[in-house]
Amino acid sequence: MFSYLVRRCLYGALILLGVNLLTFFLFFTVNTPDDMARLNIGGKHITQDLIDKWKVERGYDKPLYVNEAKQGAERLTDTIFWERSVSLFELRFGRADAESAGDIGPEVSRRMWVSVQLALPLFVLQVIASTAFALLLVMFRHTRLDFWGVVACVLMLSISSLFYIIVGQFLFSRLLRIAPISGYVPGWDVAKFLVLPIVLSLLARLGTEARLYRAMFLEEIGKDYVRTARAKGLSETVVLFRHVLRNALLPIVTSAGSYLPYVFLGSLVFESFFGLPGLGAYVIDAITKQDFAVVRTMVFVGSLLYIATFVLIDVAYTWVDPRVRLA
Amino acid sequence: MMPKFVLLWTDSTVWALVAFVIGYAVMVARSPNLKASWRKVFRDAPALCSSLILAMCMLVTMADSVHYRPALKAAAGSPAGSVAYDTVTKSGLDYLLSDLVASREVTYSRPLDYLSYRRDTVTINGQPQRVSPRLLHGGAHLSDPEHQWSSDLLSRGGTGLALGLLLAVAGALALFGLLARARHAGFVDTAASVWRNEGEIPWRAALWTLVIVATLTGIVISLMGAYHVFGTDTTGNDVLYQALKSIRTAFVIGSLSTIATLPLAVVLGIMAGYFRGWVDEVIQYFYTVLSSVPNILLIAACVLMVQVFLDKHPDMFETGVERADVKLFLLCTVLGLTGWAGLCRLLRAETMKLRELDYVQAANAFGVGPWRIMARHVFPNVAHLMLIVTVLDFSSLILYEAVLSYVGVGVDPSMNSFGGMINLARKEMSLDPVVWWSFAAAFGFMVTVVLAVNLFADGVRDAFDPRARAFRPRLAITRRPAAQK
Repeated sequence: MFSYLVRRCLYGALILLGVNLLTFFLFFTVNTPDDMARLNIGGKHITQDLIDKWKVERGYDKPLYVNEAKQGAERLTDTIFWERSVSLFELRFGRADAESAGDIGPEVSRRMWVSVQLALPLFVLQVIASTAFALLLVMFRHTRLDFWGVVACVLMLSISSLFYIIVGQFLFSRLLRIAPISGYVPGWDVAKFLVLPIVLSLLARLGTEARLYRAMFLEEIGKDYVRTARAKGLSETVVLFRHVLRNALLPIVTSAGSYLPYVFLGSLVFESFFGLPGLGAYVIDAITKQDFAVVRTMVFVGSLLYIATFVLIDVAYTWVDPRVRLA
Repeated sequence: MMPKFVLLWTDSTVWALVAFVIGYAVMVARSPNLKASWRKVFRDAPALCSSLILAMCMLVTMADSVHYRPALKAAAGSPAGSVAYDTVTKSGLDYLLSDLVASREVTYSRPLDYLSYRRDTVTINGQPQRVSPRLLHGGAHLSDPEHQWSSDLLSRGGTGLALGLLLAVAGALALFGLLARARHAGFVDTAASVWRNEGEIPWRAALWTLVIVATLTGIVISLMGAYHVFGTDTTGNDVLYQALKSIRTAFVIGSLSTIATLPLAVVLGIMAGYFRGWVDEVIQYFYTVLSSVPNILLIAACVLMVQVFLDKHPDMFETGVERADVKLFLLCTVLGLTGWAGLCRLLRAETMKLRELDYVQAANAFGVGPWRIMARHVFPNVAHLMLIVTVLDFSSLILYEAVLSYVGVGVDPSMNSFGGMINLARKEMSLDPVVWWSFAAAFGFMVTVVLAVNLFADGVRDAFDPRARAFRPRLAITRRPAAQK
């Protein structure tokens, strides 16, 4: 178990190196630091001096991959690529490209908690709600409830999440005045700002997830052990909850777990619509301001989360299914 | 004078796609296996009905994929024989809807209304009063709108309804005729059997869809000339026109992006599964790296780079439409290059299973080379997976476009798209009184398109993947009463 985890983590680090190389290529080779400087300084009268000054301020005034002017190991280490990569792996993110914005590091750690406040309850409720709905459909399979339930699922998954947000905000905040339209306060009072985004986000994903889980349950129900359980004279409820649910948990853990990093992604839209100062809103701001340093950092942080999640899912397997041994 | 035809990047790919679909249809007609599978798709009533709707959307897309720049009248003093062209690139759809493009209002107006949304202060009898001015085009033909308006709407709508019904009846008659010939049965017998919903293909459901679509289209077309059926947006442009233009954007994104994933996914997936060993390791590493970056961030990063590149070379394109089009094309490429990991993983697993089968082993023993085996024996047997994943991804990409446009890395703002419409709607929904029509139109069109694609995709998956069929919801009691006869 322990050696497996170490191996997984090492592979994860290797993947992270690849991600780093990819993003560096995208952000520094496709467009050179000169282009970025020009874009950020803006205006019509851009002199080479201004560009050089901008580059020195951010440490972009070195060769990209190989420094011909240096000797020995410094040929590789005294470059933008080396410095940026090392600082990313040490989780030092440097400062944002924009003039007014400050350091990225503190911003990320502060905003991460806001994101978690939204994402964690959402994730837990999502799994519970989708599983419950799917189980309900499976319990009443081959009836009208199942049929129309699936029809509702298909309809719901054909609607863009943006529609849920706009209609939800209009209905609950503007017409009924139950929840505030948007905003954020620190502390426990934040709950009233989180209810609406969580409920709408739940609804937006329910169709997709419930349909998927329903298929997983039905696949389990066709198996021999279910027939055995029924032949023993167990009631349908016991069969479903004690046998089928447990065995279907494995694919559900996989599918729900792979959504974990996307909780962070999905809330991109929700955070910005509801004015929550989380990581998602940060990314959107950075994209509109074309702040490459922030976007690059977020790509790195996102992949880090993703890789960490997959190690966690592997561990969760052993807990859900004792047959799985990590070796 | 002849206009100058412009072949945009996405146009050429749309037409290549149309050619491919026709070629594939011919192939299906010749191959009994494929034919049987596709028959299964159309045996499914939702899939059949949605294919009708998709065909209509495809027609709109095709009409919108012929671009030209109209020739301008020769200016006095210009040398003879030289023709100047308009700087605005138009499409076939623009030509068909030129009335809608021309009938631009000042600002918002409600659907089918003859008064503006905005109120002006006008002095009437010495008293300043707030009144809504008449629209420039919507209902401009009415001399006494307060009394004529509703009757005019009814008569126009009624005409459209009648014409639409007529069209639907003509379509139904044509279908009966064709079926009667194919079955060597009498015309009336065929019509009766379709009415009782007998036979393999659920033609009755398709006919009902035809009736609904034809009447709605008829009503909209007959009202379109005199009113703004879905109202106008903030700059007074017709919302119906925007929604129709958005269909092409959605289709181009859905189809081009999925097609762009295919080459990498198929080649690498089959290679990884067939060769295994270090090739497999390297390819796995590639797609793990790619898929461990959250998709939207990777796309945002790539699109930002594309944007900077386009900003750096503003003189590469002659017109705004060409620039927006290249951006759309690159967006599709980015979506394709970042989204091939899922299909690749699937194909790798399937190839691993296939390569152990007897026929592959036999080909190997006969000395057939690995590349030939992959092309001739493995590829045709994983092609159904490609098809299933392609149609399933189509709808999610249309939905994705809206999110990307909101984030600011979607299509060019000058290009009509559902995402763009929703974005504007966000502000409009907070106005007072609410401007809901633009949002409602985007919602209606988008849900129709996505739902149709989803239902069609489900039909395709059930037909080509026998395992999936077990999960279809069934009504145990009402299932096929006719089968007992």
